[in-house]
Amino acid sequence: MVEFLLPKNSVLKKGKEFPAPKNAMRTKRFEIYRWNPDSGENPRIDTFHIDLDSCGPMVLDAVLKIKNDIDTTLAFRRSCREGVCGSCAMNVNGKNSLVCIKAIEDYEGTIKIFPLPHMDVIKDLVADMTNFFAQYSSIKPWIETQTPAPADRERLQSKEERKKLDGLYECVLCACCSTSCPSYWWNSDKYLGPAVLLQASRWLEDSRDENVGERLDELEDPYKLYRCHTIMSCTDTCPKGLNPAKAIADIKKMMVLRQQG
Amino acid sequence: MRQTNRPLSPHLQVYKLPLTGIISITHRMTGVILALGLILYVVSFFYILQGNETYLELQSFLDYTIIRIALWFFIYALFFHLCHGIRHLIWDVGESFDRDDMNRNAIIELALSLVLTLIFY
Repeated sequence: MVEFLLPKNSVLKKGKEFPAPKNAMRTKRFEIYRWNPDSGENPRIDTFHIDLDSCGPMVLDAVLKIKNDIDTTLAFRRSCREGVCGSCAMNVNGKNSLVCIKAIEDYEGTIKIFPLPHMDVIKDLVADMTNFFAQYSSIKPWIETQTPAPADRERLQSKEERKKLDGLYECVLCACCSTSCPSYWWNSDKYLGPAVLLQASRWLEDSRDENVGERLDELEDPYKLYRCHTIMSCTDTCPKGLNPAKAIADIKKMMVLRQQG
Repeated sequence: MRQTNRPLSPHLQVYKLPLTGIISITHRMTGVILALGLILYVVSFFYILQGNETYLELQSFLDYTIIRIALWFFIYALFFHLCHGIRHLIWDVGESFDRDDMNRNAIIELALSLVLTLIFY
């Protein structure tokens, strides 16, 4: 449902300020969304002044520095620190991205970090991804076949068939795109969102999959697929440079083409 | 409905939508404005039909600067809605999705609807 304002318990308050060490030469100001489930208070924005000379180059390095040296209660997800695990997706200065592959010096002025937009917050920068991954599992992200596998080898693909998966298989399910989509904000209970639809496209395009018809039947629904209005915020924000908007358009096209036989 | 005590993270409050996103919501808003404008358009016909006096009344009303600006805005909205509609048709055949061109194409749309408004003038 469309709600432009935040609910009462989500309205932001001003938080604490942590100054930089006195001898710091180069400092950067970070504003970070904080919410502690045990406090009973509304979310707040804490301000941290970071000494860049004792901090790594990426935005994730600054977040780690805050947790290690300044405020150990800060909660966030991270793992690979090289943009392949999809854990550290956050909203930085108004765009969603993986903070491990974003350099601090690419941002001018204050860096403002929020959890992924329009999600239930578990703590600080950690959003509840339950619905997102339930939607992912609903599209059956595995190969489905009717025919028995060849006895003497794997199900093979030609180079051309494999090439069709380029731009689809690279998705790391970080949810940057889905949580950048206004349509997903208003209808995340029924609309699958760009990330899951890009994944749906990945299995539809796979030459080895033999359940294309059933997959399309599943998506033939006023909400699941057709809530995409080509806003293209997904493509704009994808940290892996993929194009969910195009993948969704390709599914819509498949829907029309199969009716023509 | 959400059933949780957890706060909802900020969305419209913090998100910087790309130009394509702003154009998308503008397309919807111009659609609403054009639909409402159509009603006023029909109302103006009723005025004209009631004879000389009401016709002149309407004419002087439409001559107010603010009304004239509104009318020009209405015409721009019409052409913008048309241009973005055509963009949707292009999208529907699976074209014009390149990451690098999306904002450029949005600017072309805005410029083209301005040009069409000027040609109309």
